[in-house]
Amino acid sequence: MFAHLIQGLRTAGLPTSITEWLTLMAGMRAGIAEYSVEDFYYLSRATLVKDERHLDKFDRVFAQCFKGLEPPEGVAVQDLPEEWLLKLAEKLLTPEQMKEIQALGGFEAIMKRLKELLAEQKERHQGGSKWIGTAGTSPFGAYGYNPEGVRIGQDKSRNRSAVKVWDKRDFKDLDDTVELGTRGMKLALRRLRRFARQGAATELDLPDTIKSTANNAGMLDLKMVPERHNTVKVLLFLDIGGSMDDYVKLTEELFSAARTEFKHLEYYYFHNCPYERVWKNNRRRHEEVIPTWQVLRTYGPDYKLIFVGDGSMSPYEVTMPGGSVEHWNEEAGTVWMERLTGHYRRSAWLNPTPKPGWGHVRSITMLNDLMEGRMFPLTVNGIDEMTKELSR
Amino acid sequence: MAGFKSTERYIASRDLEVAVNASVTLQRPLLVKGEPGTGKTVLAHEVAGALDYPLIEWHIKSTTKAQQGLYEYDAVSRLRDGQLGDERVHDIGNYIVRGKLWEAFEADHPVVVLIDEVDKADIEFPNDLLLELDRMQFFVYETRKTISAKHRPVVIITSNNEKELPDAFLRRCFFHYIRFPDRETMERIVQAHYPDIKKDLAREAMNVFFQIREVPGLKKKPATSELLDWLKLLMVEDLPVEALRTNEKQLVIPPLYGALLKNEQDVHLFERLAFLARRG
Repeated sequence: MFAHLIQGLRTAGLPTSITEWLTLMAGMRAGIAEYSVEDFYYLSRATLVKDERHLDKFDRVFAQCFKGLEPPEGVAVQDLPEEWLLKLAEKLLTPEQMKEIQALGGFEAIMKRLKELLAEQKERHQGGSKWIGTAGTSPFGAYGYNPEGVRIGQDKSRNRSAVKVWDKRDFKDLDDTVELGTRGMKLALRRLRRFARQGAATELDLPDTIKSTANNAGMLDLKMVPERHNTVKVLLFLDIGGSMDDYVKLTEELFSAARTEFKHLEYYYFHNCPYERVWKNNRRRHEEVIPTWQVLRTYGPDYKLIFVGDGSMSPYEVTMPGGSVEHWNEEAGTVWMERLTGHYRRSAWLNPTPKPGWGHVRSITMLNDLMEGRMFPLTVNGIDEMTKELSR
Repeated sequence: MAGFKSTERYIASRDLEVAVNASVTLQRPLLVKGEPGTGKTVLAHEVAGALDYPLIEWHIKSTTKAQQGLYEYDAVSRLRDGQLGDERVHDIGNYIVRGKLWEAFEADHPVVVLIDEVDKADIEFPNDLLLELDRMQFFVYETRKTISAKHRPVVIITSNNEKELPDAFLRRCFFHYIRFPDRETMERIVQAHYPDIKKDLAREAMNVFFQIREVPGLKKKPATSELLDWLKLLMVEDLPVEALRTNEKQLVIPPLYGALLKNEQDVHLFERLAFLARRG
């Protein structure tokens, strides 16, 4: 039963499993949803969707699967409320047309005709929706109104209100289809962690305790050490603007993944290639620039330096003084790259463009040479390789 | 079926009711996510109240290990007792300290277990609890005993989305995302908490509140709990309603804004916007 729902969900890319499906069935058997479609929707949502990002997709699939779940034909059409029809006519017709209608035989006659048409519309809509768009033959057809609007009278039934719930698509904002899951990223970034001991003594230091107890003639003498803390320091240089716009989202995801993972994380933005200035706030990139020298002085060589950028630019931007597209740079990008990679003991470059294409872009090859081959693709695998390289 | 419904103090939407009832009936954990301050933790208290079960709370910190929820073996005090020649030392069971889940499993009456802010813990934490939450049993290595639940507890897990949870863990849970309440629901919530609040004060405060939420670029948007705190302050201070009155376009820094804006940068941003609005 309802097997097309799970199939639809899986086709739409939701990671719904058989176990969850069986749970839903068990829930149905236990009578949680009883006879309410709305409750069934809530139950299946709670069972099959486990991430708010997927809620919108679920709503869409659900609406698709249960499109036919509407009240029986004919019922609604027969008890059309009069004032509703009036409203419809008012909405559809301009004052001029209303006058024409009067000429055609009065409002009453037209209302009758409208009623008939609406009944017909209902049938045809379910048959093949031919009605909308056949302009010219009737006073109403020319103004193709929303077919949803024709479902008159259904607002009395419970089903309709349920349909509305998922048709609202409240969770649209939460949907973000990401290529690289944050979790995968974090798992890779964890490799970067270098554990060092700091803070309050909370763990038993066994070797020291044994030694100290022996010294103490066998009387137990406990020695504690601080618990492990993550003290890896990271300096991020993010390329922003221009050719990187496509990758900004990906970059930000990496950035957000990294933020929770490190105690010391500093980030700076640059454009295409780092020169003598960087900035922290991209909106104020021209007012609030920070000299790269200052960055070099502030953060010691123990920081791990990670560039994120596509490295796709004109080769002059790397090699020539004044090559920057944004300003006049006194010293070439190569000089700054050498300065940065020379200052920081560990550095790497993450590139969001696919690796097979790197050889075709001159500037990427040049930067990779400057990084001494430590350029990695921005994928879970690439990050894994990079973190291995950085924590060696 | 013992149902969970909106109470006098807690307004639950229909979808939340269904999710809670599903989790109670099928005895599977319920994972609740949502903006901070939308009543995730309070939900557990309310469920416990509605079902008339005792509540066992397990608050997760970044240092919490899954094992701590089951039991801990206090080797150090056993070692000390051994040296001092205490008789207790012969039974290892004396040094097994029970955790929150053990407590819940051993209870004679079904209980509600709240695992609060599961995302604060290490990324592997949920994986370490898979079997325990699925079968509601675990094995104590030291005493070679299996502890299984006398009554499967109702487990409510909250998350603030700081870390992603593993799929295997999610598969075993029901999921509910608490959306930020719309104005109508918010009015009911305020009414439920402060039944004797002045109508016009509530209305004006609500205007200001939703206006603040609309301000783009806020780091932490004020949520339900902030609104309730703020209203309480307003009532205690007994401010005239006029102090809150705003017109549609203009932003005014509300009195006692400290209850609504918790972030220095947000206050700063807001002051700047208000200044601009006054000037324009």
